[in-house]
Amino acid sequence: MTDAAAPRRLRVLAAMSGGVDSAVAAARAAEAGHDVTGVHLALSENPKSFRTGARGCCTIEDSHDARRAADVIGIPFYVWDLAERFREDVVEDFVAEYEAGRTPNPCLRCNEKIKFAALLDKALALGFDAVCTGHYAQVILREDGSRELHRAADMAKDQSYVLGVLDDRQLAHALFPLGDTPTTKSEIREEAARRGLFVAKKPDSHDICFIADGDTQGFLAKRLGAAEGPIVDESGEVLGTHDGAYGFTIGQRKGLRIGTPAADGKPRYVLDISPVDNTVTVGPAASLDVTALTAIRPRWCGRPPESGPAGYTAQLRAHGGETEVSAEVVDDTLRVTFTEPVRGVAPGQAVVLYDGTRVVGSATIATTTRRPAPAAAAPQQAG
Amino acid sequence: MVYLDHAATTPMLPEAVQAMTAQLTVTGNASSLHAAGRRARRTVEEARESLASSLGARPSEVVFTAGGTEADNLAVKGLYWSRRASDPARTRILASPVEHHAVLDAVEWLAEHEGATVDWLPVDALGRVHAEALREALARNPADVALATVMWANNEIGTVQPIRELAEVAREFEVPLHADAVQAVGQLDVDFAASGLAAMTVSGHKIGGPYGIGALLLGREHAPVPVLHGGGQERHVRSGTLDTPAIAAFAAAGRYAVAHRAEFAREIGALRDDLIKAVRAAAPDALLGGDPDPAGRLPANAHFTFPGCEGDSLLLLLDAQGIACSTGSACTAGVAQPSHVLLATGMSQDLARGTLRFSLGHTSTAEDVAALAEVIGPVVERARGAGLS
Repeated sequence: MTDAAAPRRLRVLAAMSGGVDSAVAAARAAEAGHDVTGVHLALSENPKSFRTGARGCCTIEDSHDARRAADVIGIPFYVWDLAERFREDVVEDFVAEYEAGRTPNPCLRCNEKIKFAALLDKALALGFDAVCTGHYAQVILREDGSRELHRAADMAKDQSYVLGVLDDRQLAHALFPLGDTPTTKSEIREEAARRGLFVAKKPDSHDICFIADGDTQGFLAKRLGAAEGPIVDESGEVLGTHDGAYGFTIGQRKGLRIGTPAADGKPRYVLDISPVDNTVTVGPAASLDVTALTAIRPRWCGRPPESGPAGYTAQLRAHGGETEVSAEVVDDTLRVTFTEPVRGVAPGQAVVLYDGTRVVGSATIATTTRRPAPAAAAPQQAG
Repeated sequence: MVYLDHAATTPMLPEAVQAMTAQLTVTGNASSLHAAGRRARRTVEEARESLASSLGARPSEVVFTAGGTEADNLAVKGLYWSRRASDPARTRILASPVEHHAVLDAVEWLAEHEGATVDWLPVDALGRVHAEALREALARNPADVALATVMWANNEIGTVQPIRELAEVAREFEVPLHADAVQAVGQLDVDFAASGLAAMTVSGHKIGGPYGIGALLLGREHAPVPVLHGGGQERHVRSGTLDTPAIAAFAAAGRYAVAHRAEFAREIGALRDDLIKAVRAAAPDALLGGDPDPAGRLPANAHFTFPGCEGDSLLLLLDAQGIACSTGSACTAGVAQPSHVLLATGMSQDLARGTLRFSLGHTSTAEDVAALAEVIGPVVERARGAGLS
């Protein structure tokens, strides 16, 4: 058993973005004998009426592409307007998080609040058993009836990180038909072509679907306006100015526009973003080293971890690698200590814990502890 | 499948299929001068005469188009331009707010791009325009009105407009009145000459004819500026090679629909009344849209609002049970918007989202209604559970 599909025929609602993955996922679910209905989520309140150079999401073309795919698969298809929920729960949260100096991941948020909440709830109310998506991950049903979320069979395609927010109930109604076979993207495209799905050749979408041109800084600037502030080094010396602290991400190197080079001639990175005084602190790479973090709002994919510290691997970004950690939950806060220091850890990001290939759960990073250095030894509260 | 969406399109009548297939294998452009052309021309002109006779018009008043939308655009834009050209003061359009989008959007386009001002005629809770309302709007300044447009019968809620009275008022002020009669033909007594209209839109596939063919019935005294320029066919009002097979089939469908209209309206009206009773029995809080008096609504139309339900959910659940109907609202990229017709009648946004239109046609049976009656109760209950998203 590789997903929530019991041998029985399920009534499945397939979320179809208009892209190749979700189309093949819906086709596989239908081929597996389930009673599949396709639904395209209209998430943008102003869908672009024509195709622009960069791929966006929720354009009229995407909706038509999804409809065409559903027609070829031979399943009913509808468009559901969840734009208002998406704006409230994902886009506004995204903007507010950046405004607060944090670095959110809207895909996790969308999975938690839209695809496996608003959409799933409506699907269940209408008599469906499961929601099917084109994510690369596996839900494994154990003998005791509980479920586990695992990385995709093909680690290179794995998307379990963005699903790390799903709880047991959500997993019980999730179907990921792409996760259990090692499949490269070109193989998925071949399969789409073989199935007559013309989205086979469609380019991949951007990571953040509601920022169609990929310009996150431009999007934030439009929403939050320019707010000039200082760029300082770790000693507090002002090195330059910026147009808004929200435009930066911890670990960022490019786009700092500092005229004077560092004393040691080495590149400088964003170490800290303080929205309260609109200050961006920069420093050498070594100062980015994080040895521990705390994370709030933990969500467990299935059973919660045993009490007391235990060894796990952690993933900190959608396309990031794994790192060994020790973690424990204290008062609903996840405390993570890294075996080796890691860089580019930003409050607001999700830390997802793994036990082998099993997703244990996720939490939102609140604070990080930098490696004690001669200059700054104290834990830094960011955000 | 239980097909309860005949107002969207209805199966082609055997008579129309026969007329069409007979022409499909015959070559000849009706505008050519040789024998093949003359033969095609004869077919077209006989169809024109037949359709004119079915609809109470003179043959010269029939302008074939590629469907209802084109005929609506030609009437609204063409008459606006020609009336404005003969008197630049005429830039006001009087239109009902419950028009089909083919009229509504053409009117709004003229307002956005061609300097038109629009007076939306008030409608009552049934979506009806009263003659006094038209009179009042015209009397405000009869000299600046380009045209008025009010549909014969509404496609969503089935409300029939007092077209003859409205046309009389318009005539009094010497303003051309256009009516979209796409839903009315075959269900109501539609007689162009008796109506007093200046222009009237009809469509093939709504009366058992083929898709892609329609006509604007147009009084001889009106010469709308063309929307399509080209070879000068159809009184130089609508260029384009005449679609002989579709025109022949359209005329055949028109003949059948009009000849059987009274009997069809009586039978389908009774079936529709059964449908209304069945839905109300299964879902007692369902609100009937449009005129409760059968005399004031299309005999094949039933329209309901189900409080607390999303029309999309109802449609999905019925579709899954093999029952085809419509929410009756327009879609933009497939996203359902509350119906402009219902909003115009004063319905709240939330209520207007929970509507279904059932429309019957020449293939409808008592079994269709029974099938709906069996599932509609649980479907409404389930949709209500899913709520408004």
